[in-house]
Amino acid sequence: MSYTKPKFKTQYGNFINGKFIDPVGGAYFENRSPVDNSLIAKYPRSQKEDVELALDAANAAKEAWGNTSAAERAALLNKVADIIEANLEEFAVVETCDNGKPIRETLNADVPLAVDHWRYFASCIRAEEGTATELDANTLSMNIREPLGVVGQIIPWNFPLLMLSWKLPPALATGNCVILKPAEQTPSSATLLMEKIAEVFPPGVVNVVHGFGPEAGKPLASSPRVDKVAFTGETTTGQLIMQYASKNLNPVTMELGGKSPNIFFNSVMDADDAFLDKAIEGAVLFAFNQGEVCTCPSRILVQEDIYDKFMARVIERTKAIVQDNPYDVNTMVGAQASNDQYEKIKSYINIGKEEGAKVLCGGDVRKLDGDFANGFYIQPTILEGHNKMRVFQEEIFGPVVCVTKFKDEAEALEIANDTLYGLGAGVWTRDAHQLYQIPRAIKAGRVWVNCYHAYPAHAPFGGYKKSGFGRETHLMMMDHYRQTKNMLISYDKNKLGFF
Amino acid sequence: MERIAITDKAATVVRKLKEQHGDLIFHQSGGCCDGSCPMIFEKEDMYLDESDVLLGQLEGVNFYMNRDQFEYWKHTFLTIDITEGRGSSFSLEIPMGIRFIVHSRMLTEEENKVLNP
Repeated sequence: MSYTKPKFKTQYGNFINGKFIDPVGGAYFENRSPVDNSLIAKYPRSQKEDVELALDAANAAKEAWGNTSAAERAALLNKVADIIEANLEEFAVVETCDNGKPIRETLNADVPLAVDHWRYFASCIRAEEGTATELDANTLSMNIREPLGVVGQIIPWNFPLLMLSWKLPPALATGNCVILKPAEQTPSSATLLMEKIAEVFPPGVVNVVHGFGPEAGKPLASSPRVDKVAFTGETTTGQLIMQYASKNLNPVTMELGGKSPNIFFNSVMDADDAFLDKAIEGAVLFAFNQGEVCTCPSRILVQEDIYDKFMARVIERTKAIVQDNPYDVNTMVGAQASNDQYEKIKSYINIGKEEGAKVLCGGDVRKLDGDFANGFYIQPTILEGHNKMRVFQEEIFGPVVCVTKFKDEAEALEIANDTLYGLGAGVWTRDAHQLYQIPRAIKAGRVWVNCYHAYPAHAPFGGYKKSGFGRETHLMMMDHYRQTKNMLISYDKNKLGFF
Repeated sequence: MERIAITDKAATVVRKLKEQHGDLIFHQSGGCCDGSCPMIFEKEDMYLDESDVLLGQLEGVNFYMNRDQFEYWKHTFLTIDITEGRGSSFSLEIPMGIRFIVHSRMLTEEENKVLNP
């Protein structure tokens, strides 16, 4: 079964104060589909003035929205979830068109997961309670959580609707108004969502402003009229956003990527069974979403005594990946999200070859036929080398994995932790001791044990080291969007006696 | 002896951006999404200190990298180029529908002796 490119309007506006409006300066940019490099539509090339309009709307709405009941906010979040779910196919096709990822992924992962994140935070806000402590017989300490007010969120292009659905629900559930800037490569699904939910929230509670980083992102991140900025992206922009926040003494949360190790101990090959089959798939997951995942398991570490046999199976499975028309449900790997990513990945494959890495499979672009000949496709690629090579250290953000071998647990840990980042890691073993001890020794915020690339709501996600801070997809994210009001109440009728 | 260079096409873009924005700096990014790309900003936009390494100057623009990252990159010669495409960062060339990328090669043994003694 195959879908086709969805219909779009010629151009779209920003969603500010509950309605779509044209950018103040009247400028737009062309958004193209990486599937075939065809035009999708024009989106606003917003400037500071547009961001200010959104800030006006959000600041005007924050008092009333912050005072709505948790029941009311939860009901609206659930409504959004229902709307996305009722239009699942439409969102999936738009996402595939805008990002290039295969439709089997958007139908089965991106969109259903997005639905669940909205529902999860709707539930959290109803279930949680504040705290009260009797400090002594006459003194009560009561903690009430209050929204920060207005939040700026800047999200990436690799999971446009899902990243939106990681960021908006916890901020809205806790009573904040939001200005969201989608990535300029992928403005479509956020716009579609605003069309569908235009009436759900009071005007000004959710605002979406499109445009380029230096023109729209920077004024949002540096505005003294936002109370917090949440960002997913890379380290230099992360540093800049923290600098701007420091001027306003604002909190920030950052998710900045990684170079995640996926470690396979020799016991995985103790039997040729379903678990080994799962482990091999676990290694091949580097190609999931074309490798455009912050936690892409882009370094495979295999114990030396099973290395040849295990890698033979991994290579065989990688070669069997179907890379074709992203709208076809049989396609497993689609197009890279944009031309500059495509160029960057090609450049890294060359760097790897020059550094002496051996190409075990792939190693080149893939030319598809017909309309897709203009799209940005790269073959799933396995490079063999050592951990000091640049391809082992830098996030390539493509379907490119680097593989090396290790002797024992100590060496596996040394290689795994020899990176600036600490977002994700995978550990595969049948050894009960390793199952606990190795994940504990890895410096990363999420260690998948005998699995990989699962992103359920209800399990916290975030980085160690240069991968950032803050924990998303979990109720602990709600406290990243709140103040704590402590009321210290005395029931003692008597004075202190000092004066 | 240099450890960085720039292509003619990229140099033209840098000159154009200097006309528009004044003094600039390059900073090499790492990490997710648009990471691993060189970014260009107005000089006073980014706070730099001893945790940043100056790799050289291109078209009169200083090129910096975080020291931690430099430890992994110091054995490579970088050539800054420009490509068509839509990047998403605060880098000043983004609105032009182009973006800087970096090509690299390993330093020769002789270069390594001089640059990384």
